[in-house]
Amino acid sequence: MTDIQTAQTGEAAPTGQATQAAHDADAAQLAADSIQTMPLGRALNAGLRRALQDDDRVLLMGEDIGKLGGVFRVTEGLQKEFGEQRVIDTPLAESGIIGTAIGLAMRGYRPVCEIQFDGFIYPGFDQITSQLAKITNRHEGSVSMPVVIRVPYGGHIGAIEHHQESPEAYFAHTAGLRVVSPSTPNDAYWMIQEAIASDDPVMFFEPKARYWPKGEVSLAGNPVPLHASRVARAGTEVTLVGHGAMVTMLLQAAEIAAQEGTSVEVIDLRSLSPIDYGPILESVHKTGRLVVAQEAPGFVSVGSEIAATVTERAFYSLQAPVLRVSGFDAPFPPAKVESLYLPDADRVLDAIDRSLAY
Amino acid sequence: MAESETTVSLLSAEGRLEPTPSAEQFLPYFEKLTEADYRQFYADMAQVRAFDAEATHLQRQGQMGLWPPSTGQEGAQVGSARASRPQDHIFPSYREHAVGLIRGIDLLGIIELMRGTTHGGWNPQETNFHLYTLVIGSQALHATGYAMGVKFDGAVGTGDPDTDTAVMVYFGDGATSQGDVSEALVFAASFQTPQVFFLQNNHWAISVPVSTQSRVPLYLRPRGFGIPSTQIDGNDVFASYAVTAKYLDDARSGRGPGFIEALTYRIGAHTTSDDPTKYRTDDELASWVERDPVLRLETYLRGLGADDAFFGDVREEAADLAADIRRRTLTLGTPPVGKIFDHVYSEPHPVIEEQREWLAQYEASFDDASASVEGERA
Repeated sequence: MTDIQTAQTGEAAPTGQATQAAHDADAAQLAADSIQTMPLGRALNAGLRRALQDDDRVLLMGEDIGKLGGVFRVTEGLQKEFGEQRVIDTPLAESGIIGTAIGLAMRGYRPVCEIQFDGFIYPGFDQITSQLAKITNRHEGSVSMPVVIRVPYGGHIGAIEHHQESPEAYFAHTAGLRVVSPSTPNDAYWMIQEAIASDDPVMFFEPKARYWPKGEVSLAGNPVPLHASRVARAGTEVTLVGHGAMVTMLLQAAEIAAQEGTSVEVIDLRSLSPIDYGPILESVHKTGRLVVAQEAPGFVSVGSEIAATVTERAFYSLQAPVLRVSGFDAPFPPAKVESLYLPDADRVLDAIDRSLAY
Repeated sequence: MAESETTVSLLSAEGRLEPTPSAEQFLPYFEKLTEADYRQFYADMAQVRAFDAEATHLQRQGQMGLWPPSTGQEGAQVGSARASRPQDHIFPSYREHAVGLIRGIDLLGIIELMRGTTHGGWNPQETNFHLYTLVIGSQALHATGYAMGVKFDGAVGTGDPDTDTAVMVYFGDGATSQGDVSEALVFAASFQTPQVFFLQNNHWAISVPVSTQSRVPLYLRPRGFGIPSTQIDGNDVFASYAVTAKYLDDARSGRGPGFIEALTYRIGAHTTSDDPTKYRTDDELASWVERDPVLRLETYLRGLGADDAFFGDVREEAADLAADIRRRTLTLGTPPVGKIFDHVYSEPHPVIEEQREWLAQYEASFDDASASVEGERA
């Protein structure tokens, strides 16, 4: 990210005082200009554009990402700007996309693959888990795998089967992969660039329910590290942890709880593998109560892992067992009942109440 | 999967140079070879056969968990590998010991892989011979992606014989049923990659005959993808060399991908854990032993005047290679604990570091415990 920051803040260090003042004014103006309001999907587009500009070894590949700009338009305009060899419309084959991306990475490219929907990633599962994740280890470090796999995931969009799943635990379970999920436009803009800059394979889960709501993006900001979690709202009595679209529900629940007199801290995980436990443990030491929430089914999930780890590491701080709020251990249901399946602010509030009741 | 009039053959099973009419377009490539090249091919085949026999013995003596023998497939492998140029990239399956030898890897790396001291065995950047891939057919996509990159880099069709680059991927008849191989053919055709698909049809995917993998001869399949193909007598090292040389040339020149089906046979088992007597007949085996790739070249070379001294030298060199492999196999120790944690990621990873440290402390705790017990006794 250093190069990107340098590009933003620009020129050589000024010498005289007048120059310094002018520079400060310029910098202030630049900072003001560089904060833009946009939806998460556009922030990803801007981040991808920046990555394509900064490194000509970066390639985008996937189904319908060229002329159409992807089914969610995340890559809109990029093929026109960078050409068909940098933004590649691939044949319709997920294993083919991942497998050829591996070969391209061996050749020195940095491929960014788009999987059209969460439920379509499984044809590429073998190439991701048996090859992509293990190739650096197999080569004893002589080959790196700087491949990013972008996966629009999760519910709330009323779509048909295979279009609303949350398969992140499969990949968090696989050594060799890094797994992240932004929840805000600003994080999306920076995290996609950090993921592309990583020499390791990164599964990049994009909460499609959050593609459209707008937020501020600081184009000249200092990005936090890719794998750092973030305190999204400070509080003192209960800690809520989640990622992706779930963070919105957690913030809603925290707001309602505040109105009812309970102070809730919300932590946005951002990274699912590795998990940044520092802020979570710090929060639990303070609140003594933890609720982990996710759209994915609860059994053998990221939330379960956090519950177990926090119990191991903060046992004497806990005033109540760690509670999990999650999707059910059933297939993602038909859209007309998805609101019953997906955890919402009420289900989170219910868990807060249960936690406080201990 | 029998040969037909379209099967390209130059050197008959009896060791006579009798090119089939279908071989005509490939003859210019064969004609560039000299007798020294024939002798080199023979030495390659003899070396890898000796290596393979020694490795099988070493497995039987408990030095390796598993060994996949290559005996019988040397003609297909040596001819095709000798047709490659240093800048070409080779993606093998896991039986291409002869290809590895010719590309210059230390064959001990294969032993280490099968022994369980590494998942790799060599650094592909040194020889452009990539690592063995154990999941059937996966490497076809890696090769295709690599070839896409070669094309994007402009390392194709410039006319410079030292830099124009082709990619060759090896796989077997069983692999042709894997989706990844079909997807590789799709991508290769769509992106017109500089690539040769080299199929060694050894007729058996462990116990399942090739007739279960395909109802049509396998060399016909790529044509449905828009990829030209040729079937060869895979036990004819000259056919393998000439056809591969032309296909690699076409790939390097920017004429897109091609596909070669080499009809061959694994004389031994699929691996040392297999028992081919349960599913193959003695007659079938005997018919392929008669078509041995090494013997037929020996017959041809003797006809050209190669004497016992030459064959004696080759045998001695091959025996030396085998002895060297045995000697070094017996010195392979247990890898350090770093084999678990090193290179899981390219960049630092907190979980890996934490677990590495935990294991070190746990192991050290035994030293402390035994030290204190010793102390009490004293």
